[in-house]
Amino acid sequence: MIIASNVSKKFGRLRVLNNISVTCNKGECIALIGPNGSGKTTFIKSILGMVVPDSGFITFNGKNILHDWLYRKHVGYMPQIGRYPDNMTIGQVFNMMKDIRADKTSKATDEWLLEEFGLNQVMSKRMRTLSGGTRQKVSASLAFLFNPDILILDEPTAGLDPLASEKLKEKIILEKSKDKLILITSHILSELDELITHVMYMQEGNLLFHKKLAELQQETGEQKLSKAIAAVMLKK
Amino acid sequence: MTRIIKYVFTDILRNKIVLGYTAFLLLISLSVFTLEDNTSKGILSLLNIILIIVPLVSIIFSTTYIYNSAEFIELLVSQPLKRKHIWSSLFTGLAGSLSCSFFIGAGLPILFFAPAAIGLIMTAMGLLLSIIFVAIAMLAAVMTRDKAKGIGISIFLWLYFSLLFDVFILFQFQDYPLEKFMIIASACNPIDLSRILILLKMDISALMGFTGAVFRDFFGTQPGLAIAFLVLGLWVMVTFWLSLRKFNRKDL
Amino acid sequence: MKTLLYILSFTLPALCCSAKTIRVGKQQPFTTIREAIAAAEKGDTILVENGTYRERNLVINKPVFLKGIGLPVLDGEKKYEIVAIKADNVTVEGFRIVHSGNSSLEDIAGIKIYNRHNVIIRNNTLEDNFFGIYSLYGINCIIENNSITSFGTAELQSGNGIHCWKSDSMRIIGNSISGHRDGIYFEFVTNSVIWRNESYNNIRYGLHFMFSHNDAYACNIFRENGAGVAVMFSHGVKMFHNFFEKNWGDAAYGLLLKEISDSRIDGNYFTGNTSGIYMEGTSRIQVEKNEFSTNGWAMKIQASCLDNVITGNNFLANTFDVGTNGSLVLNTFDHNYWDKYEGYDLDKNNTGDIPYRPVSLYSMIVEKNPAAMMLFRSFMTSLLDKSEKVIPTLTPENLKDNYPIMKRLHL
Repeated sequence: MIIASNVSKKFGRLRVLNNISVTCNKGECIALIGPNGSGKTTFIKSILGMVVPDSGFITFNGKNILHDWLYRKHVGYMPQIGRYPDNMTIGQVFNMMKDIRADKTSKATDEWLLEEFGLNQVMSKRMRTLSGGTRQKVSASLAFLFNPDILILDEPTAGLDPLASEKLKEKIILEKSKDKLILITSHILSELDELITHVMYMQEGNLLFHKKLAELQQETGEQKLSKAIAAVMLKK
Repeated sequence: MTRIIKYVFTDILRNKIVLGYTAFLLLISLSVFTLEDNTSKGILSLLNIILIIVPLVSIIFSTTYIYNSAEFIELLVSQPLKRKHIWSSLFTGLAGSLSCSFFIGAGLPILFFAPAAIGLIMTAMGLLLSIIFVAIAMLAAVMTRDKAKGIGISIFLWLYFSLLFDVFILFQFQDYPLEKFMIIASACNPIDLSRILILLKMDISALMGFTGAVFRDFFGTQPGLAIAFLVLGLWVMVTFWLSLRKFNRKDL
Repeated sequence: MKTLLYILSFTLPALCCSAKTIRVGKQQPFTTIREAIAAAEKGDTILVENGTYRERNLVINKPVFLKGIGLPVLDGEKKYEIVAIKADNVTVEGFRIVHSGNSSLEDIAGIKIYNRHNVIIRNNTLEDNFFGIYSLYGINCIIENNSITSFGTAELQSGNGIHCWKSDSMRIIGNSISGHRDGIYFEFVTNSVIWRNESYNNIRYGLHFMFSHNDAYACNIFRENGAGVAVMFSHGVKMFHNFFEKNWGDAAYGLLLKEISDSRIDGNYFTGNTSGIYMEGTSRIQVEKNEFSTNGWAMKIQASCLDNVITGNNFLANTFDVGTNGSLVLNTFDHNYWDKYEGYDLDKNNTGDIPYRPVSLYSMIVEKNPAAMMLFRSFMTSLLDKSEKVIPTLTPENLKDNYPIMKRLHL
């Protein structure tokens, strides 16, 4: 579904992405793991077209995303820190997003998370008055709102209370079962165990490995993702 | 695209600074016209407002707005929208709301109190300067990620166009008083060009002197006026186009 | 008794030698004015009926009263001088005088007075003549209520509307002149009055005044002339209640004064001129109770002027109030109202407590370098002017109004 070929990116002198090539397919739930500053977010942003690679290219269903901005209709993105126009209310943000993405071919919106998070009771609150957690709830609800084929979640559970976190995980599992492609970055490896099928590990702009979770578990003999990763790191 | 414009527009109109700016302009222009028994003195005070305050507010507000909307822009960019449309919408929203402010705050009182010819040209120039400086602000904002640096660039650009440029010109004149050069030089600074167009209506008696001949013969004619407006239009388009080109390639 | 005798002495001769009336027209005994004049005697009235008369150099050599009925046309066919007055006490009234000849050698006029006294020219319409009405050594003549129009485009191809040369005690009243080289031209004319005329759209000056002493002009309107009004090399000139309007151009002045002394300029209105008054080499002139509004420069006073007094005037909405080219100032500017004055009046005596400096730094810069006008009213020039007001450096130290009036004067 998404194929990245030799994607490289520099910010000034800093090499953020170094020749990344990867293929992601439907039905996969990929954990994108790596230390801080390893290029995870930049890679995600490249897929979203927010960062333009210096060299290499990314295709979506065979089309280069550089020229085909409409592919983003099929993407739901939850940013690491979601910030919205301060003067808007939650309701207005949702309406605006629906407004922007509305077209004849779009499917019915998926407001499950929105209801589960209880956002429909606080629709008239202004964005600037919201706590970080509530903002994350808004971001998460927006990502799932349009039933996208691809979900890109950047640190989805950071700042969420345990209850909301569980709801979100439940939703991710549900979507995974619908044969979608899900990309998650997270520092909290323990919560990824039950979600993911694949693991991508990045370090200093390089993709160290990209394999199935089962393979990784087999290689390291560890069941827990955190242990498995630690084992890999030790080996190197 | 109109949908985004709508959101930008309503967002800016809800911003207290724009409301304050409108009220400030309205207060000044009304007090200037009602307290001053001499209309021409009122017009003179408003001329300074149009040539100094309007560009300053336009450029600083727009730069700040663009930086403050970084996340909003990010959010929009991740949606199925063309970058060109996002940037154009921001421009239209900013230019539209600041022009609106100017028109309500200063344009209407000027049109109401000032003589028709001067009122029209002053309002037109105020609107054009608002738009031009929004475009310049967007170029400044897209140049650097650092908000402090961006606002610094904006303030410098404003200072350059409203003061430093004229200082250079004055020293230039002392060495080479060339009349053709003056016309070209005036086209290189939208504030100067607007000022000259207003002066041609306002200080017509003084301009009928030596220099006036040069400007009146050029800008006083219909084609000259058309050229002047075209130049101001080019300031908007070229500056905006440069910023758009930069934005299209920008990493967010 | 004395007065009665005085009156009789005038009326008796008129009664006894009763003057006759001669009529000229198609159905009249005389069909040309020339024949009528030949037949006329001193004091006769010649009534000319409506029609077109091509008299070719008509000469009036007897003291007659020549009057047109229904504006008969005297046509000079672009070749001739139309009416030449070569007798005293002639009156010419009610004609339409058109198409005089045009010459670069002599001054051909619609009506010309040759060295005569007591001539009256009134209620005529003059169109398309080289010179309009020309007085050569005229004395005590009246030129009244004539409408004089020409369609000149270049200075050389056009003469003056009313031209007086070496004349005395002339009265130029209520005429309207346009399209000539100079509207009214005075050279070596003394003790004369120019009153209630309107002179506009002339190629050069609305009024041109040279070597003419002890004259007065009052209540005239000079509008949109190529170079305004020029008064030069004269003394004892009184200029009262005139309007100088919209004289635009690099060398255009509401009023140009050159080498003038001992004169008065009172109660005039200078509106919308490039320069309201331009003074060069003038001395002992009193400029009082005038209103200067919306001029480029209300006054330009060259350093060669001295002992002029400018007082009690209103300066309103001028781009520059006073311009000068030197630092030496020997004129006084006290007790005027300046709308640009920003001082205060703590003792409430309607006189500002700090002096007003009517010369701005920027006007000095523009004087030296006219191209700098481009930067006028820019932020920088405002800053320069403000700083100059606090610490004067370039502007003349003693060109100031020590007692500026706080409220606009009622003139």
